[in-house]
Amino acid sequence: MAMTLLRVQGLCVAYGGIQAVRGIDFEVAEGELVCLIGANGAGKSSTLKGLMGLVRPQGEIWFAGERLHRLATHAIVARGLAMVPEGRGIFGRLTVAENLEMGAYLRRDRDGIRADIARAYDLFERLAERRGQLAGTLSGGEQQMLAIARAMMGRPRLLLLDEPSMGLAPLMVQKIHQTIASIASEGVTILLVEQNAHMALALSHRAYVMESGVMTLSGAAAELRGNADLRAAYLGE
Amino acid sequence: MDIFTQQLINGLVLGSIYALVALGYTMVYGILELINFAHGEVTMIGAMVALTVIGVVMGAAPDLPGLMMVAAGLLVAIPACMALAFGIEKVAYRPLRRAPRLAPLITAIGVSIILQNLAMLVWGRQYISFPPILPHNQHEFLGAHITDLQIFIVLISLLTMAILVLLVEKTRLGRAMRATAQSKEVAELMGVNVDRVISATFVIGAAIAAVAGVMVSAYYGLAHYYMGFMLGLKAFSAAVLGGIGNIAGAMLGGLLLGVIEALGAGYIGDLTGGFLGSHYQDVFAFFVLILVLVFRPSGLLGERVAHRA
Ligand SMILES: Nc1ncnc2c1ncn2[C@@H]1O[C@H](COP(=O)(O)OP(=O)(O)O)[C@@H](O)[C@H]1O
Ligand SMILES: [Mg+2]
Repeated sequence: MAMTLLRVQGLCVAYGGIQAVRGIDFEVAEGELVCLIGANGAGKSSTLKGLMGLVRPQGEIWFAGERLHRLATHAIVARGLAMVPEGRGIFGRLTVAENLEMGAYLRRDRDGIRADIARAYDLFERLAERRGQLAGTLSGGEQQMLAIARAMMGRPRLLLLDEPSMGLAPLMVQKIHQTIASIASEGVTILLVEQNAHMALALSHRAYVMESGVMTLSGAAAELRGNADLRAAYLGE
Repeated sequence: MDIFTQQLINGLVLGSIYALVALGYTMVYGILELINFAHGEVTMIGAMVALTVIGVVMGAAPDLPGLMMVAAGLLVAIPACMALAFGIEKVAYRPLRRAPRLAPLITAIGVSIILQNLAMLVWGRQYISFPPILPHNQHEFLGAHITDLQIFIVLISLLTMAILVLLVEKTRLGRAMRATAQSKEVAELMGVNVDRVISATFVIGAAIAAVAGVMVSAYYGLAHYYMGFMLGLKAFSAAVLGGIGNIAGAMLGGLLLGVIEALGAGYIGDLTGGFLGSHYQDVFAFFVLILVLVFRPSGLLGERVAHRA
């Protein structure tokens, strides 16, 4: 098996007195697409925020052999993590092009940035058409495309996606799937958070299931799709 | 002489100074939703430092052209104000970043009182006069008079605003500032060191304030430890008039407020049958502030009404 890129041990996230994540362990290997599924309020977003240092976590986070613990978010980003937050986090009053440039904020290779922006426009022609428009005028699906394209502008080693299909029409959800699959096929390691377990399991190599701040199940995605409990709880069967 | 045109010119000159100070309020508000009431005092410190430097230069090289002396004053006042604002943000506001909104606001008022008192200790209670080193020639302009000094002030203000707009719209730092103003969290996710961007915002606003402080003391011919108070309140009113948080709004609000004030002062005697004189000039800013807050709290160019309530 490939080298472990991310290893998390005993991760806890709390908001004041509310324990959102209660000591979870998981890992993601280089090149893997791993999903984290669970109902609303299970602690999935809190887990990602803890990884990115947006909330102060407890426990051990190792990324590419280095401890991320207590680093500021921008320093974590500099080490090769990127996150597409829940609700997309588009800069609505910046243009589409400026949003993409923000994704490359820490890069100094102008030519490389220009090439990557061109590539993003090839991949998402809607963004190309709207490059000079304020990002706030895009549709939900287009904003999600932009959010993913923007995160990729940082050339991350590990991409965290928080419910990228949330609130999107089925056709758009499909397009997002394809995008995630194609990013993964380029060798980018992905940790995908979803409530939509069908979609997530279909895309992923492995999966973790989270409930009330703890991990309740984990395994190969194909196996989990056959798991009776999981089917009952998350696949509506 | 055409009183209307004359007051319009006077108003635009004064307004361009208000606009400069208003930019500092609006930039900080745009990023932190903090009304930095100490900003008027930073402007005052800029004027005081520049005047001190001008005094020294006059003593050392009395034959130097006046513009060079003012440039020397600016060259010291700008970095001094930048350092001051950097320190204020770090010491007074940053520890309160997550505190309830009233805490930094009260702190801002405290900082402003401290700066006034420090300035009083350093420069004394008396008015300090701005030496008449700048050319004061009058020119006929559209049936009114405009002086070299007025032209100089407007040009410097426009230049400063143009540099700021370029910085905000075209540079990496400017983009990071606009992104941070929209979401600190997402800006961090892009790799932006938000603390640094906030520092930069204070520092840039202070540099502009230093320019404004020098302009206003040159215009009125004097400086005083208390001058930042009224100037700050007026600039804040201008920022609210334009839509606080909005850079173009601060410029527009500043110019408009200057014009409203000048026209108001020019005509208040006629309007009240001589009951009120032009020394009531200062009330117009607050009259405008109240009207805006009642009828259009988002200001002329502002949008985020609900968000700000
Ligand atoms: N900023 C916050 N302040 C307080 N509680 C929060 C905050 N964010 C999330 N929570 C709580 O933490 C728990 C986990 O939330 P979250 O991580 O968003 O779950 P999920 O992403 O799985 O839906 C929930 O009970 C939620 O109410
Ligand atoms: Mg969530």
